[in-house]
Amino acid sequence: MSWFSKFLGSSIGRKLLMSLTGLFLISFLPVHLAGNLQLLAGDGGEAFNTYAEFMTTNPLIKFISYGLYFFILLHTFLGVRIWLRNRSAKGSKYAVSSTGTSSFSSRNMAWLGIIIFAFLVLHLYQFWLKMKMGVLEKVNVAGLDEPVNNLYAPVEAAFTDPIYVIIYVIAMIVIGFHLWHGFQSSFQTLGLNHKKYTPVIKGLGAIYSIVVPLGFIVIPIVFYLRHAM
Amino acid sequence: MKLTLKVWRQNGPNDKGNLETHQVEASEHMSFLEMMDVLNENLISEKKTPVAFEHDCREGICGTCNMVINGRPHGPQKGTTVCQLHMRAFKDGDTIVVEPWRASAFPVIKDLVVDRSPFDRIIQAGGYISVNTGQAQDANAIPIEKDLASQAFDAATCIGCGACVAACPNGSAMLFTSAKVAHLNMLPQGEVESSKRVLNMVNQMDEEGFGMCSNVGACEAECPKEISITNIALMNREYLTASLASNTTT
Amino acid sequence: MKLDAKIPAGSLEEKWTKYRSTMNLVAPNNKRRIDIIVVGTGLAGASAAATLGELGYNVKAFTFHDSPRRAHSIAAQGGINAAKNYQNDGDSVYRLFYDTIKGGDYRSREANVHRLAEASRNIIDQCVAQGVPFAREYGGLLANRSFGGVQVSRTFYARGQTGQQLLLGAYQSLSRQITLGKVEMYNRHEMLDLVLMDGKARGIIARNLLTGKLERFAAHCVVIATGGYGNVFYLSTNAMGSNVTAAWKSVRRGALMANPCYTQIHPTCIPVSGDYQSKLTLMSESLRNDGRVWVPKTVENAEAIRSGKKTGLDIAEGDRDYYLERRYPAFGNLVPRDVASRAAKTACDEGKGVSPTGLAVFLDFSAAIQRYGKSKAHSTGMHNPSDAEITKLGRAVIKEKYGNLFQMYEKITGEDPYVYPMKIYPAVHYTMGGVWVDYNLETNIPGLFALGEANFSDHGANRLGASALMQGLADGYFVIPYTIGQFLSKEIRTPQIETSAPEFEKAEQETRDLLERLVSVKGTQSVESFHRRLGKIMWEYCGMSRNAEGLKKARKMVRELREEFYNDVFIPGTANEFNPELEKAGRVADFLELGEVMIMDALDRNESCGGHFREEYQTPEGEALRRDEEYAYVAAWEWDETEPKVHKEELVFENVELKTRSYK
Repeated sequence: MSWFSKFLGSSIGRKLLMSLTGLFLISFLPVHLAGNLQLLAGDGGEAFNTYAEFMTTNPLIKFISYGLYFFILLHTFLGVRIWLRNRSAKGSKYAVSSTGTSSFSSRNMAWLGIIIFAFLVLHLYQFWLKMKMGVLEKVNVAGLDEPVNNLYAPVEAAFTDPIYVIIYVIAMIVIGFHLWHGFQSSFQTLGLNHKKYTPVIKGLGAIYSIVVPLGFIVIPIVFYLRHAM
Repeated sequence: MKLTLKVWRQNGPNDKGNLETHQVEASEHMSFLEMMDVLNENLISEKKTPVAFEHDCREGICGTCNMVINGRPHGPQKGTTVCQLHMRAFKDGDTIVVEPWRASAFPVIKDLVVDRSPFDRIIQAGGYISVNTGQAQDANAIPIEKDLASQAFDAATCIGCGACVAACPNGSAMLFTSAKVAHLNMLPQGEVESSKRVLNMVNQMDEEGFGMCSNVGACEAECPKEISITNIALMNREYLTASLASNTTT
Repeated sequence: MKLDAKIPAGSLEEKWTKYRSTMNLVAPNNKRRIDIIVVGTGLAGASAAATLGELGYNVKAFTFHDSPRRAHSIAAQGGINAAKNYQNDGDSVYRLFYDTIKGGDYRSREANVHRLAEASRNIIDQCVAQGVPFAREYGGLLANRSFGGVQVSRTFYARGQTGQQLLLGAYQSLSRQITLGKVEMYNRHEMLDLVLMDGKARGIIARNLLTGKLERFAAHCVVIATGGYGNVFYLSTNAMGSNVTAAWKSVRRGALMANPCYTQIHPTCIPVSGDYQSKLTLMSESLRNDGRVWVPKTVENAEAIRSGKKTGLDIAEGDRDYYLERRYPAFGNLVPRDVASRAAKTACDEGKGVSPTGLAVFLDFSAAIQRYGKSKAHSTGMHNPSDAEITKLGRAVIKEKYGNLFQMYEKITGEDPYVYPMKIYPAVHYTMGGVWVDYNLETNIPGLFALGEANFSDHGANRLGASALMQGLADGYFVIPYTIGQFLSKEIRTPQIETSAPEFEKAEQETRDLLERLVSVKGTQSVESFHRRLGKIMWEYCGMSRNAEGLKKARKMVRELREEFYNDVFIPGTANEFNPELEKAGRVADFLELGEVMIMDALDRNESCGGHFREEYQTPEGEALRRDEEYAYVAAWEWDETEPKVHKEELVFENVELKTRSYK
């Protein structure tokens, strides 16, 4: 397997891993968003809790979720390593730096990524960990015999806390910027650059990196406004 | 026109270096390097050491000249080397900061002169077609599509100046390496060795301590020959195929 | 000294083939034990080093650049000739041979030129195999264009960057040999002396430019391929670093400088704009395929243009003098370079120059833009296109053909050449003269070879466009790999040469003394200022036209300038460090000696031929007047501080008849 480890250790191999893990995470976001949008159903959390129950008990989903955790960690770990290597490859900095020739996102992927990771820690601590620890209260939902975790309650609590809402909105904007570059960049890394299709990919990437974070942002804002009113 | 120049002075690779300020009187018809000549003539007349900078053909093709001007490799003009940049791109009274290429793989030798020998070693790793003199068949024996020849030419037009590395926030040499890979792998003559070529060249590039491409695109924007990052995508593709699909295991 | 060109016997067509098949060879096991030094990594040097490495010799290659790819061959724009006859327009080896002999104004060796024409075909094959992306037709086959002085299309090209692509091809082959361990590459090393042992060239002294250290390198023979000496004029199309040093140091060790007065002044360069100017930029000769050269018919109009009251666009068609088309109807704008340059000078001397300095003529593409525009409109099915549409389409065609040249022109002058006609003027471009070599490309010093522009061999008194690349590569790929065997086959018993020999010791010491002498002057004037002054003298008295009186004066001036240089030059720093000013000083010191020999050669040659135009010798119409009975010889100069001496090699013409060159 020496050729394989050599391949994965090469600059292009590592970038390939970044690209593939990134694309996986990109594909996860809409799923997550679809689930979250059920928070807006206005049914006191029934649909959302049913969905949460499904996501935590279905064996296939469970399996994929372990992959997800792993890829998040791998993407972060590799990203940081690449960033460190790139910093040392660059060496000293210019006295005057020019920024006009490249996008803000592309130059700050590592910082954006680190902020996102920090947010993820907070995010998982707040919702996922509580769920796993079994500290949530149980509620009954239609269609299921057993009572399920009421994940809706901590969500509602968080989304009515103005500080958390602000943190959440900022984090989503950061994700948007990360995606702005990451989406099309992952295709370039895979070698998918084509006169005809690259503009399409870039367009899709732009739409995606605005629409998806916006979708996430809408939820806490709606919650907060409802609460405030 | 009167200019204030802040020029990087560094007496050898281990010296710390600093920006030194000078006043220069220039004409707008001068090239940037001719303005630097004036500065050096002034320094020599004051019995001071002139600023070391590299240059040769002064017509934008040899790839020798290299300066970062106000944060931009080869200065503000698109698709232009320093030697072809003329002072009409600046205004009277401007302050101009001149620095060397910065990248760990290109250590500073003196002032604005850096060591770009890693590029030679990347080419030596596989940037050629193995044909001995006298082995060639008739030149018209392989027809090559006009557009393909033209694309290969666009990649081959790289002058090896290193602006891509200088511009890249990661100090990556992917644009340079990919330009040569693309030029040769695209052509039927170069296909025979294509897997070996891309594997060896990327390997050498990594060994030289260049950073990794994160598709920032500054290289493409600053390249005086406007070489496209589609070449990098092509190299990625070639590398993936060569690593995963070819029989080459080394 | 008797100069033996060693031209093989037999008919012209068979000489090279027969010679090649019967010459002495070095067996592969012996090649492994033989070292060769190649100085210079341009087209000739890189191709030679790569090919000799492929053959099995141990090669050490040297360049003063940071990389072998920077050699000035890279800047050649227009193309490379080859007698492929792909266009079916009547080309052949003989025609290329004949055109070259005639273009060179009958001052080159028949046998060498014929060999060059033969090799031209292999060069294209070799380069295509290396991946050189030559221009192609829609059918996928190679495209050609025309160059000056010929009536066929035999020039292969890669946009306006042919030299770059060919050099990269040779550089890649060289890189491959470096990887294979057959070539050891020494970048940033400048040859500062040639070492002779028992009269044979056995090594060099080179200065490591990064450390300033002098280093000794030994080999069984030495090949120099270090280009031409056009920078003796200070302003030329050569790169700033191009120099005569390696060749001149060889001359100082006894090699001969042949025909140094033959300088090519290229007709289409961007005119000088001010005193600060450091170099001149060539606009490829290929532009004359489509550009028409003209000046206003009247001095009044020319004055109006010079003072900025009018532009070229304001001069009506009837008020323009397309002087090349008028004077040379058969070749028109595609007359050879020497003819075109002199005609431009004549027009400007008559007061018809069109730049503020009065030294420029127009090169106009408007007719070509209209022609191409109409044809393009027709081929794309546009009926009754408007003038604006035609112009737009025509400009697009021109852009595709010469885009990079037009862009370069605009960058330098700030004027849009698609709208305003280009302004051009002749400038020093190439030197036909060089180190004297025989048919084997060996100098009069056994074991010292000279290739490419560094030698004098193939272009006579004037080089045709797109022939320099051809000669450089022919010498490196297809001539030296064979002919070097004539010398080396006698050296197979010679053990490895040791650099500890007293000859190396002595040469190194002499080099050190010279460098110390230069840095210790600590005078008041910069190296650059001396170079500028030398250039002015050379251009004024030994440039586009020369006369005996001026040349005599110039010789004195150069000698005085040389003395002043050694007494008043200021070089900062020391010889033991990275010191670009010292590098320049060494080169200028050599130019100061070469300049004198050039002047003496121009004075000795009482005739006009090719790039050498003596005002005393011209026809009533102002064309060059050759004097074949007395001057059909190669003048090979032996250096001597006080009085350089000339040796003559008679040129024998058995196959072509010496005629007055006519392009009418």
